[in-house]
Amino acid sequence: MTASGFAAGPAAQAVAPGGGEAFEPLLPGLILLLPLLGFAGNGILALAAARGGAARLRSGEAGAGGEPERRLVHALPTWLGPGSVALAFVLSALNFARMAGVELHDPVIRHYWSWMATGPFTAEVALQLDQLSVIMNLIITGVGSLIHLFSVGYMREDPGYARYFCYLNLFVFFMLVLVMGAGFPLMFVGWEGVGLCSYLLIGFWFEDREKADAGKKAFIVNRIGDFGFLLGIFLLFRHLGAVDYVGVFAAAPEAFSYGDPVVTAVALLLLLGAIGKSAQVPLYVWLPDAMAGPTPVSALIHAATMVTAGVYLIARAGVLFALAPVGSAAAATIGAVTALFSATIALKQYDIKKVLAYSTVSQLGFMFMAVGAGAYVAGIFHLMTHAFFKALLFLGAGAVIHSMHHALHATHREWDAQDMRNMGDLRRYLPMTWITMGTATLAIAGIWPFAGFFSKDEIIWYTGARAEGEFAVLYAALWAIALVAAVLTAVYMTRLMVLTFHGNQRFGESEARNLHEEPVTMTVPLAVLALLAVFGGWINVPPAVHDSFFGGFGLLPMSEWLHYWLEPVTAAADGIRAAGAGPYSESAPLGGGEVLWAAVATTAAAAAILLTMRALAGREVRPADESSPPEGGLARVLHDKWYVDEAYDRVIVRPVVGASRFAWRWIDQFVIDGAVDGIGALVRGLGWAGSLLQTGQVTTYAVILALGALTILGALIL
Amino acid sequence: MSAFLQAVGYPSWALHALTWLPLAGIGGILLAPRARAGHVAFGWSAFLLVLSLGLWWSFDPAGELFQLASRAVWIEPWGVDYALGIDGIALFMVLLSTLTMPLAILASFRYIRQREKSFYSLMLLLQTGIVGVFVSMDLLLFYVFFELTLVPMYFIIGIWGGERRVYAAIKFFLYTAFGSLLMLVGILYLYARARSFLGAPTFFLPELLGTPLSLTEQLLLFGAFGTAFAIKVPLFPLHTWLPDAHVEAPTPGSVVLAAVLLKIGTYGFIRFALPLFPDAASHSWVTGIMLTLGVVGIVYAAWVAAVQPDAKKLVAYTSVAHMGFVIIGIFALTATGLQGGLMVMISHGISTGALFLLVGMLYERRHTRTISDFGGLARVAPLLATAFVITALTSIGLPGTSGFVGEFLALLGTFERHPGAGALATTGVIFAAYYMLPMVQRILFNRLDDPENRAMPDLSRREAGILAPLVLLMILLGVYPGPVLERMEPAVEAVLEHVDDGGSALASPPADRALRVEPAP
Amino acid sequence: MLTEALVLGALLFVIGMLGVLVRRNAIIVFLSIELQLNAVNLSFVALSRYLGIEGQLFVFFIMTVAAAEAAVGLAIIISIFRHYESVNVENFSLLRW
Repeated sequence: MTASGFAAGPAAQAVAPGGGEAFEPLLPGLILLLPLLGFAGNGILALAAARGGAARLRSGEAGAGGEPERRLVHALPTWLGPGSVALAFVLSALNFARMAGVELHDPVIRHYWSWMATGPFTAEVALQLDQLSVIMNLIITGVGSLIHLFSVGYMREDPGYARYFCYLNLFVFFMLVLVMGAGFPLMFVGWEGVGLCSYLLIGFWFEDREKADAGKKAFIVNRIGDFGFLLGIFLLFRHLGAVDYVGVFAAAPEAFSYGDPVVTAVALLLLLGAIGKSAQVPLYVWLPDAMAGPTPVSALIHAATMVTAGVYLIARAGVLFALAPVGSAAAATIGAVTALFSATIALKQYDIKKVLAYSTVSQLGFMFMAVGAGAYVAGIFHLMTHAFFKALLFLGAGAVIHSMHHALHATHREWDAQDMRNMGDLRRYLPMTWITMGTATLAIAGIWPFAGFFSKDEIIWYTGARAEGEFAVLYAALWAIALVAAVLTAVYMTRLMVLTFHGNQRFGESEARNLHEEPVTMTVPLAVLALLAVFGGWINVPPAVHDSFFGGFGLLPMSEWLHYWLEPVTAAADGIRAAGAGPYSESAPLGGGEVLWAAVATTAAAAAILLTMRALAGREVRPADESSPPEGGLARVLHDKWYVDEAYDRVIVRPVVGASRFAWRWIDQFVIDGAVDGIGALVRGLGWAGSLLQTGQVTTYAVILALGALTILGALIL
Repeated sequence: MSAFLQAVGYPSWALHALTWLPLAGIGGILLAPRARAGHVAFGWSAFLLVLSLGLWWSFDPAGELFQLASRAVWIEPWGVDYALGIDGIALFMVLLSTLTMPLAILASFRYIRQREKSFYSLMLLLQTGIVGVFVSMDLLLFYVFFELTLVPMYFIIGIWGGERRVYAAIKFFLYTAFGSLLMLVGILYLYARARSFLGAPTFFLPELLGTPLSLTEQLLLFGAFGTAFAIKVPLFPLHTWLPDAHVEAPTPGSVVLAAVLLKIGTYGFIRFALPLFPDAASHSWVTGIMLTLGVVGIVYAAWVAAVQPDAKKLVAYTSVAHMGFVIIGIFALTATGLQGGLMVMISHGISTGALFLLVGMLYERRHTRTISDFGGLARVAPLLATAFVITALTSIGLPGTSGFVGEFLALLGTFERHPGAGALATTGVIFAAYYMLPMVQRILFNRLDDPENRAMPDLSRREAGILAPLVLLMILLGVYPGPVLERMEPAVEAVLEHVDDGGSALASPPADRALRVEPAP
Repeated sequence: MLTEALVLGALLFVIGMLGVLVRRNAIIVFLSIELQLNAVNLSFVALSRYLGIEGQLFVFFIMTVAAAEAAVGLAIIISIFRHYESVNVENFSLLRW
């Protein structure tokens, strides 16, 4: 795709009037209602199950309930949970098909009721159906259905089975509210709602203190971002008098000039929200801890959907970010820093989920880079492909952990089922998992022709092409960082694959006998996602690539499909960006076109994979309990995650807690209450002093009385 | 429904009945056997709740400002009237009171084990005082009811409270009495000025509103009224009676205190302090001070709450933070802010009331309120845990709950006019998570290792019946607050218009002795 | 005539006051108080001749009150005597905080 393609968008767009009439959305409310009903049904079942469990606990009787109860807490949720999401997916797909069949330029909005209306402020409960929300719907319900299906197998033996689906359905509901809401307040509802579900699911095994802590940390850190989001909404309302998308995006270009400080402030505040939700530097710390939740949750919430909400927010508010070049540059910078920073940490982690968590943070950084460079479609594109391959990686990791857990459980060995040092050579036992995860690894590393190649290439390309005009040097530097981070991605993913599936087998033969490939409910989602991870990138092949070797010299279908599809949504922002910051450059900062750099990137990634495999090939890995952390130097720093958690603890958490204690003990109890009690004591003291006059002797009183009377008489006479 | 109410003459007797019928219940309690006193009280207050629901239908959102109004001479020579009436603000305060009372009484059945008759009589007396406060349209009548709420609460804390109940009761009484005496001086001064201006004595609020006062007078009088209300709210730094009173009070006392009594302070600001002294209320010093104190209260109380070892004290401090949102919403002097403040008042009444009920239920089971004594309760008491989590989330303002609607609007309205204060107050959403989630975790989550906790029963039917309506209201008001906002809006607009134009919008001409109050222009 | 009456009243009052101040016996103190009251009564009666009938009205008031006071006061003194077997006011400091 060329820069002129972007620039031509809004002009072509402007002449097509009112094309939205032809599209009649099919029951959009029901898409939301289905997961909500699933939540309600599972919630009742979960409470019933929990009460049964509690009664057994109180009576001291261990073990699961009888068969009828087991069916109640198992069979029904199995249908309700995945079923409601799958139906929602069907509805979303129907809507998508309907929308694809017509020319739709303006969003279709369905009003339900007025949520908050006071004075000049109104917030509607209204759903917006446009190309962006429909695509997001497909991703959420599609990947969501697969992960729900996977969960049936994964969570089968958990006593909180119904509760799990109850939370997961609620999550899908809130995620759909987030992407379908027709204004910022409703997006905020979804925004905090998914945060709540994330909190509940991270702490799903709440009896484990560390897991409950992780959930709490996620919620509080997210709230820092939410603080920014709220202020952004307030500022928008203060200056535009509107908070719904249509109103804001119509008014913003009129009210704000390009680079206006107010719109910059709005963009930065919304960015703060996005940073919190999408786990970017400096608020990324909650996401690695969030791996405490069940692995399918990590796949759905902490990889495929919720954490990408920040990218969605920036793409959705593209008009505002396009008007605020500083805000965009900040987003891109944070993205690049995050991409590199977390990729370095991922290099030295041994917990399979931690590697994937830092990888997610890093990939989200790429998406931020894209939307920060103004390439909103590229951001959404990577969001989509990432949803496929990262969900696949997490589900694969889940399958590995599940198998390892069972094997270790069967042999009563107290090993960590997630530590890669305890695995090795698993491809012999889990071939299906090995193949699908391998596919995903190639996809995330950006190897042609897998999905990640196309989406990551676009991000790198647009970041480089943005290095002209304002912030040229900055974007050039970000482009270089992106290339380095892309190579690091290949390195840490290869390391993960080698440690898990190749090399020497660390567990014993008795465990090996208990290792089985997972049931079909778990392998089918893996296979479907693997297909998507391979072909998902083909929907948006840029023209230059399309006509080159990488596009099979024009053989790939659907060239730039996503770009055209999203154009009605991004056109306004693209126009503003092109008018303000100038068109994208035709070449990368070091010269060379898109095809050349695509070739460079994929070659570098392939080389990194080969070199890493070679470097790790002969190395003997010891099980976790026989290993010690790296001695020192950079490896140690990376292993200990740059000591960021420790630093936050010292610089933020402890001072705040200390200040809180100070406020309570000294200000509240000593100063304020001291003053109150002091006044009381003073009055008592005065009373005591006065009481000294009271001798109880009638004569004393009489003398004083007489003296007083005489004094008054004297005063009267004089 | 509306026609039926009209047919039975509901609008003409409803407010009198709601104010005085609780006293009739005391007679029933005294006649009933001791063991049945609670049931009689509950039945009677539930009947009053049903009775009060009629207000919803007989209050016409598009109608006059003050509805169901009546006015009769009480003390002729001083111009004191027995004047009642409700607007959209008072309507919800009355409903909140009549809802809270039966639930609080229901929650006392296990807790109150001595002098039951006196206790339930005092609760009903308290109800008369509270409803009277919200429906009074005469300043002296208001003052009488305002003081009347003090006495039963004093005894409820002082007799049925915890270890340091006498200290807490006296502190509560003296703090509040100090403020209300200042207010009495202010009332008398205002009365004197109004009499010389109108040529006739009056305490009737719409007539007092037209009294011309110099700015200095307004500031001083605002100070007098404001101190009384600020103590009641309570506003930082006048809040230290609250934690003691809450911790020592029996559960039903805490519930009523948090859900309704605190609202009298903010209600007083809206009903009296703002309209009577419009120039003072919109004076930059006053708004500056009130906004500062509100913001400091939000952050400070959140911090102090976060380090409390006692669950009840923690909840008490969260009240201070919540009421800070109300104060900034009011003194932003924007329609959005004021409505938001009112929503916070309602939501806080429901959610904090429910939190005190929950902490009370925990106390009844384990005879401790120390947070670290609990842990893992979600496994043995799933219903309780669910209710606790929903309530806690409402309290910290999660979207979809009533807490969010209030906080969002209050902050939005504040930010509209005072971005700095609004931004600082918004940090409260972070600190709310900082105080609430650790408590939720340490009570409900973590390991269930204490055998006493292991044997803890889940909610009984009575307890579930107490909590269910509150939880439903939290969600309902969060999702569909429209009807509530719509009914408040005319009243809020009228108050703001009155403040903006320096005090003429609401004032009624002194010659107008008609029973109905003039509608807002 | 008026002067003499007022001087007599003043003298009686001073005697009564000194009696209250210096005597220890509660009964005597009590009698002294009665003396003071009657001194005032005398002044009232004398003045009423010139200033109107109200003074005499007031005397009846005072006499009634004094009678009531005497009844209550003597009852108190008697019950104190029963308890302490003394009517010396210096021995009593019951009202001391």
